[in-house]
Amino acid sequence: MKVSFIKSGLSALFLAALLAGCSSNPVVDEQPASTDIEDTSVQTGQVDSSEIEDAAVDVEAIAADTIFYFDFDKALLKPESRAALLEHSAMLQGNPRNVRLEGHADERGTREYNMALGERRAQAVKEFLVLQGVSPSLIEVISYGEERAAAYGSNDDAWGLNRRVELK
Amino acid sequence: MGHKILALLLLMMVSSASYSELVIRVTQGNDKPTKIAIAPIDQGGIKISEDISRIVESDLQRSGLFKTIERRDMLAFPGRAQDVYYRDWRLLGTEYLVAGQLRSIGSGRYQLEFSLLNVTAQKTVLTHKVSGSITQMRDLAHLMSDKVYEEITGIRGAFSTRLAYVTAVRKNNIYTYRLNVADADGAREKLVLESAEPIMSPSWSSNGKELAYVSFETGRPAIFRQNLVTAERQQLTNFTGLNGAPSWSPDGTKMAMVLSKDGNPEIYLLDLQSNKFSRLTRHFAIDTEPTWMRDGKSLLFTSDRGGTPQIYKLNIATKATERLTFNGNYNARPNLAPDGRTMALVHRQTDTFHIASFDLKTGRMIELTETRLDESPTVAPNGAMIIYATKQGDRGVLAAVSLDAGVRYVLPSSIGDVREPAWSPFLR
Repeated sequence: MKVSFIKSGLSALFLAALLAGCSSNPVVDEQPASTDIEDTSVQTGQVDSSEIEDAAVDVEAIAADTIFYFDFDKALLKPESRAALLEHSAMLQGNPRNVRLEGHADERGTREYNMALGERRAQAVKEFLVLQGVSPSLIEVISYGEERAAAYGSNDDAWGLNRRVELK
Repeated sequence: MGHKILALLLLMMVSSASYSELVIRVTQGNDKPTKIAIAPIDQGGIKISEDISRIVESDLQRSGLFKTIERRDMLAFPGRAQDVYYRDWRLLGTEYLVAGQLRSIGSGRYQLEFSLLNVTAQKTVLTHKVSGSITQMRDLAHLMSDKVYEEITGIRGAFSTRLAYVTAVRKNNIYTYRLNVADADGAREKLVLESAEPIMSPSWSSNGKELAYVSFETGRPAIFRQNLVTAERQQLTNFTGLNGAPSWSPDGTKMAMVLSKDGNPEIYLLDLQSNKFSRLTRHFAIDTEPTWMRDGKSLLFTSDRGGTPQIYKLNIATKATERLTFNGNYNARPNLAPDGRTMALVHRQTDTFHIASFDLKTGRMIELTETRLDESPTVAPNGAMIIYATKQGDRGVLAAVSLDAGVRYVLPSSIGDVREPAWSPFLR
């Protein structure tokens, strides 16, 4: 009960943050709030962390990030992705389920090269999870290259949001 | 609110999609274009829905090499060479004149007889007849353009060729991807495939009758081939991982492609007769975007094995690879011109992605475009122009540039993003 209250309160906060963000570029790909509340909360990286503390939310109670970001033409996991990935590997070992890692690239560079880059990023996430003990048979990797942008606009902010791996 | 407007705009775009062919706007032409007058065709009372002379005019203008004389300035509309008074045309300062006549030859067939006249020399340099049905008037016009262009420039015309490309429209988070084929001037767009999942990397068979492409319709990428006349299609690959970048061999018997089934993107060859795959590269780097050399014995491809994406050449028999590009921090997606020596590619010197040409003999790289985020260059089968994908605002559009960078035009579309152009081979 309490957790769900916190979550919905948080999601409202995030929606507000997202809406506020909408006035300037990039336009964030709008997902319906419904079942994606946990996914939405993953956007922590995008929101000013002080706002979260102001709201006095117990960060521990929130589901781990499911989107992991990368640098241009790179497939190295960023240090800030570690905590969430450790949490996912613990969850997947305790409660095994099939997951899909979708790798993406920003629009710069060529489409087929970006397909390969997206796959390399998703493989990097998979390798991390497998190293932590997750069974590789649970993990499917697929690359969408630059074909499925999360944010629109040809600018650094949009590109940063698009260089990602989504855990589904 | 903003989203509602966006949705409405998208809706309007979709509803106009059925007649939203690519419209061409020439942004830069040759410094000294040849002046040519295309007199309106004498139709002999035959009713046709196309203005043949206008089609020829816009073909020649688009090449950037010609300046056409305004129809309203013409003193006469001769249909045959013997009806031409050279003085009338000398007054207009035109170097060449095209006159033509259409007549019925029975069984629903029509013949277009046309002449190209050199006004300065006062002589007929070419007379030619083409024929077709009432629905083929655009084809007759493009054939006329081909003949005139070749006679004057010495280069085979490519106006009768086609363009394959992908469009993507996003509405309420639902995507519609379409693979289309249109005439080289953007007219007569025809749908090849429509899907809610991505479609990528169209590649023409060497006879121009089939397309290979990547479709995600099965939930993951797979390579298909499709006959353009019968629409019959066949799924060629279904491997774990990447199934991408198909490229048909010049003799049509093989297809180069990228597969990552062994854990890493590598170049493979599929023998289309035996259905056997053979692996050509073996490197932990990204190897992708293979394209054939004219002799069918080597491939050009993109690899980041040297730290940044660069172009390499691969000998199919020996598997020996050689790095070709060193200038710039991103060189990718090679596409060879018909001379077998010049390649178009995506090139980034430091920041901006442009289309460049690269001479395989001298190693000279020349940036051709001034647009940004340029990709997917495809060279016309006569080697005169390159069509590529670029951005106008946030829209993906196609643009063209000549190999000497002297001519440029854009092909804006009213539907969503247009991308991944692939120029057909000569079709006749």
